[in-house]
Amino acid sequence: MCIDSVYFVADCPGTSSSEAGKGTACQGCPNQSICASGANSAPDPAIEEVKEKLSTVKHKLLVLSGKGGVGKSTFSAQLAYGLAEDEDKQIALLDVDLCGPSIPKMMGLENEQVHHSGSGWSPVYVEDNLAVMSIGFLINSPDDAIIWRGPKKNGMIKQFLRDVDWGEVDYLIVDTPPGTSDEHLSVVQYLSTACIDGAVIITTPQEVSLQDVRKEINFCRKVNVPIIGIVENMSGFICPKCKNKSQIFPPTTGGSEKMCNDLGIPLLGSIPLDEAIGRTCDSGKSFLTNVPDSPAVFSYRKIIQRIQEFCDQKNR
Amino acid sequence: MTVGDWSTLLSGIIYGSECSSMESTQDNGNLANVRHIILVMSGKGGVGKSTLSTQIALALRHAGKRVGILDVDLCGPSIPRMLNAVGKEVHQCDSGWVPVYVDQEKTISLMSIGFLLDGQDDAVVWRGPKKNAMINQFINDVAWGELDFLIVDTPPGTSDEHISTVQALRPFKPMGAVMVTTPQAVAVGDVRRELTFCKKTGLAVIGIVENMSGFVCPYCSECSNIFSKGGGEELAKYAGVPFLGCVPIDPLLSKSAEEGKDFIQEFPNSAAYPALTSIAKLILEKAALTI
Repeated sequence: MCIDSVYFVADCPGTSSSEAGKGTACQGCPNQSICASGANSAPDPAIEEVKEKLSTVKHKLLVLSGKGGVGKSTFSAQLAYGLAEDEDKQIALLDVDLCGPSIPKMMGLENEQVHHSGSGWSPVYVEDNLAVMSIGFLINSPDDAIIWRGPKKNGMIKQFLRDVDWGEVDYLIVDTPPGTSDEHLSVVQYLSTACIDGAVIITTPQEVSLQDVRKEINFCRKVNVPIIGIVENMSGFICPKCKNKSQIFPPTTGGSEKMCNDLGIPLLGSIPLDEAIGRTCDSGKSFLTNVPDSPAVFSYRKIIQRIQEFCDQKNR
Repeated sequence: MTVGDWSTLLSGIIYGSECSSMESTQDNGNLANVRHIILVMSGKGGVGKSTLSTQIALALRHAGKRVGILDVDLCGPSIPRMLNAVGKEVHQCDSGWVPVYVDQEKTISLMSIGFLLDGQDDAVVWRGPKKNAMINQFINDVAWGELDFLIVDTPPGTSDEHISTVQALRPFKPMGAVMVTTPQAVAVGDVRRELTFCKKTGLAVIGIVENMSGFVCPYCSECSNIFSKGGGEELAKYAGVPFLGCVPIDPLLSKSAEEGKDFIQEFPNSAAYPALTSIAKLILEKAALTI
């Protein structure tokens, strides 16, 4: 479990660097002696295996946020449903939130199990063109907790990327847990040669969320993941009775618009709160097709279109 | 302090990647004069763990208690902003790190990784073992002095931070965990898993709080259940643990958290006030029983 987890610290010189195990940042790192011995200087062979496995996947997108509970999984789920409305496109959704997998419930796939085949794990299909993989399919009871430290999580993520049999896929959407730690580093490392098209970063309007999201932006810049743009979720609530708008999470520092301007990152759009979003997610249905008149659906569709355009441009 | 400086500080600590053998051996360390330790947890992110930690701490302070807050959310520390302490610095003394005092009377002290970063936007890009070492240092090396309550605010999940925190606190016999959820099924599912974590690690559950439970429109007083309703209470019944109450969505509460204001003191007539004070009261009663 040890060698395949490449530790990564703030100023880590990199395991393949000549400074590996010798830099100032290496002091105190548990892998210092391994790095210094040179045993770890060869890249993990799994990185090439992942590249090979995902050579049939055209576009790889990450959904990230420094903050929890801002709607990463909700957005990932709706993005998958939205893209899959085009029956000619194959969509894959991978949930790497190992401690809090929400995707099975949101896609209406609770109690589903993964099947093993000769060529790997078969994902679970919502529609013919929408495949899903989550740790939720590997645990037996909704009470089961995944109480794992980093190295075990990294091993699982490696398996998800290397051993799932997606087939031909146009878009692979990777939904992540909050933060900038093991899961994020592993996904980025294992996809380093398979190439990530870009990341969509989700936030809510208040500063308490934006301050964590700025950290996530710095993370992306540090590990060279292109940022497609920011989505501001939970952006105001319109009372269904009097139609007045309330800011539940007030943008006291100018919200994501100001942050995007300051940092030179595109704002893909703002999605208002709508009771029906949580309700459709809890019942595992597409919000886009079940509540087509909601103002939030218009925002979702515009954002999904911008993401498609980003990927199309990359194609050329 | 730069990251390099405190990685040097951390050197010399021996730890493994899969195990944390750092159980404190000292009986009268820095937590010796801390009466009650409470963890605030949730499997789900963004449900209001930090907001509740802050407000419970403030409510206990208003009840005349000395309170410390330890923020072990290393990748997304929110407490410094919520207590208007952004930019403050941690100093060293003979017995370790001096926490940041939020008020002049020194009744609330705070320790967070936010005080150790050079820039507010610096990302802490660490894998588990480094996080574990930091948490052990937070638990053993902060000179809290005499406290009635230490509130430990955790990140979402059931992974490194949680295992390390619970292991390192075990010798000090924490009172238990306050579990925070929002009402919708997607959040309750994650909190169910967190309850399993508590069971497996032998951590008592003080009770469940259902946060963001309904929103009363300020214009027409219509109540909308934006994130559904009742999920936390149902979970408490199902799991056989106490239900501590519902906290409604209150823009004044989010605004206080944003601006580092004392919500309990400033908005006694607001929607969330009775719920928060009643949670603090339940905690005080429970604490009185465990002395």
